[in-house]
Amino acid sequence: MNLFREAFAWLFAPEQQVGADAVLVRLGEHLLYTAIAVVISAVIAIPIGYWIGHTGRGKQVAVACSGAARALPSLGLLTILTLLVGVGDAVLAATVVFVVLGVPAVLAGAYAGVESVDPDVVDAARAMGMTEWQILLRVEAPIGLGLLLGGLRSATLQIVATAVLAAYVGLGGLGIYIIRGIAIRAYEQMLGGALVIVVLALVLDGVFALATWLITRARRTPVRPGDLGGPGPAETAAGTAQDQTSRSPAAATEGSS
Amino acid sequence: MIEFDRVAKRFPDGTEAVREITLTVPSRRTTVLVGSSGSGKTTLLRMVNRMVEPSSGQVRIDDEDVATLNPVTLRRRIGYVLQGGGLLPHRRVLDNIVTVLRLNGVRRRSAEERGLELMDTVGLDRALARRYPGQLSGGQQQRVGVARALAVDPNILLMDEPFGAVDPIVRTDLQNELLRLQSTLDKTVLFVTHDIEEAFILGDQVVILKPGGVIAQQGTPAEILADPADDFVATFIGAERGQRALRVEDHNGTQVVVDGRGRPAGVLAEGVPRQ
Amino acid sequence: MTWVGANIAQVWNLSVLHLWLSVQPIVIGFVIAVPLGLVAWRYRWLRGGLLSVIGLLYTIPSLALFVLLPPVIGISVLADANLVIALSIYAVALMTRFAADAFAAVDPVVRRSAVAIGYSSWRRFWAVDLPLAGPALLAGLRVVAVSTVSLVTVGILVGIDSLGLLFTDGLQRGILAEIATGIVMTVVIALVLDLVIALAGRLLMPWARRPPRRRRWLPWRSSRTSARGATAAEVAE
Repeated sequence: MNLFREAFAWLFAPEQQVGADAVLVRLGEHLLYTAIAVVISAVIAIPIGYWIGHTGRGKQVAVACSGAARALPSLGLLTILTLLVGVGDAVLAATVVFVVLGVPAVLAGAYAGVESVDPDVVDAARAMGMTEWQILLRVEAPIGLGLLLGGLRSATLQIVATAVLAAYVGLGGLGIYIIRGIAIRAYEQMLGGALVIVVLALVLDGVFALATWLITRARRTPVRPGDLGGPGPAETAAGTAQDQTSRSPAAATEGSS
Repeated sequence: MIEFDRVAKRFPDGTEAVREITLTVPSRRTTVLVGSSGSGKTTLLRMVNRMVEPSSGQVRIDDEDVATLNPVTLRRRIGYVLQGGGLLPHRRVLDNIVTVLRLNGVRRRSAEERGLELMDTVGLDRALARRYPGQLSGGQQQRVGVARALAVDPNILLMDEPFGAVDPIVRTDLQNELLRLQSTLDKTVLFVTHDIEEAFILGDQVVILKPGGVIAQQGTPAEILADPADDFVATFIGAERGQRALRVEDHNGTQVVVDGRGRPAGVLAEGVPRQ
Repeated sequence: MTWVGANIAQVWNLSVLHLWLSVQPIVIGFVIAVPLGLVAWRYRWLRGGLLSVIGLLYTIPSLALFVLLPPVIGISVLADANLVIALSIYAVALMTRFAADAFAAVDPVVRRSAVAIGYSSWRRFWAVDLPLAGPALLAGLRVVAVSTVSLVTVGILVGIDSLGLLFTDGLQRGILAEIATGIVMTVVIALVLDLVIALAGRLLMPWARRPPRRRRWLPWRSSRTSARGATAAEVAE
């Protein structure tokens, strides 16, 4: 545990508080890269995901995309793109990789959210006279918000983790302490950097958990015992996607009776 | 008045849901479409608000072909109630009721006033207005569904097995409530069910459909009971099991009505001795 | 592509090493996660806490974990064990949730009738719960396998050799073909493992092969009802 004491000593040493290499500066870099990449991923993936969820078309493509993204080694993508665009443009290369890895997660969250909506509810909304846009924006998007947030959450964490690797291709960010620490065999620096990275990831995860909880809290109230029928409370939290699986086949048979 | 003029529906997978049906649904009356699953009753209902487009034939509302109307505007002036209510789970009860009013641009304040009145109309406690649908019982959700359908005061009310998901006691309640409502509101109601008892309770006119989307018989409950058109209808309404052939037996001065098998169905009101 | 020709032996050796480094955490993770998932499902009060704590492990970026783990368990950063243990932790983090969901998805009616027939709870687990949860368990394992193979490459940054060596070496020497070969071989290993698990599933659980269902036609989203489980897996991950 001595190493951890050294790591904390390194972390709170005056050299780490000022200048271009200060922990807070690196943290800011890391957050900035992450935020830019998450926003670009969201701008690309949410409209496509909503379209897939609303029309039911192209789902196989989306599933294949996220499978492929999982199989692709992010370090491989980072190095090959850096080599292609030149080490000077590492930021561009890294951002492209972040977006490539972020899009499938957001896409999955967006379409799963729309798809999780009880078909009966969509049917009723259409029968009431909502236009397709109104159904998407007022029914499917708000009900699917929890799952969309789940997608954004995994995209964000994926990008934070990949941004750590991006220090290797010269991006900066918090990964720099680990990469440099390995090169100069300074374990306290590696460990100090790793600790900050873990805290960052946990805090971001917590922020998303809190947001999801705030959004779904009101509708979470369980149906009291003795109640019958009807759609249950909308369990839209990211973790409860599975609850939705049992509902749709029965409802879908209503169509032509 | 809703008229189905030789409408048919064949789905792309080859299923023939409705086969050349011609039917008139009179205004300000309740017409019940009854049949087992696969009889095309829901398909027929959904043609009225263009949720399903007929493969051939015409659906007319007051002599106007619905195919010529914009589906969205058409749907906004027709009430629609379906099983479980189909309520928006992320909106409160009152917001659910006033959805269409708000879509039509009615101000929030007056829409909500109207919504609260509607809660009274369908027998819902106003205290429930701020709840979410998931916090209501099945019967309450169904009432919210009816209130929502009545919000824009539509002439036509389409009801697709609305009481199918609630237990028998609540169902009886809701049926009585609908009869009470209809006696004051005078809507043109088209009601779909697979329960012949429900059809006879609610329907001024009952239309029995056979599998494959063919009308087996239509008429008032009394007409159908008096003269089932064929064996299918007789079986469907339970006539052949003797359930509908009642006779009176005397039990110690009380006139007991029994069915064909001798099972008691009730007592004859005039025969009940006064206490 | 001359680089590949000249270095075919190295690529092969690294691929074999990479496969070996991937298979260990996948197997270890599965063996630990299935009982954990069972516990999470059996004791509902435990479920929330257990799954969130395990889920937090998955949020730790891999490179940080490779650095944090050695001082905690007292091994060298450069040891293969460091990589294997770290990736086993990720495998457990992912797989436990899949396992809990897989057991939860077993039809309670089937389970109740097994009890009614007279199965003891131990025999019921082996004869009913496990086989019926099997297809979902294997679907989860496939996700774990693919992401593990990809994560192994990160080890090179702390000095643990794998196909990742081709990335760092290729960048330093400016050989595009070397990096490309590394990416392709990583993906190939992932696909092979995925295929092996899928085939094992078909052999072990022939009943899970569903006959092609006739699709219901609805005027919108005709493919709504298909493959919802996949959706859940995507997002859970």
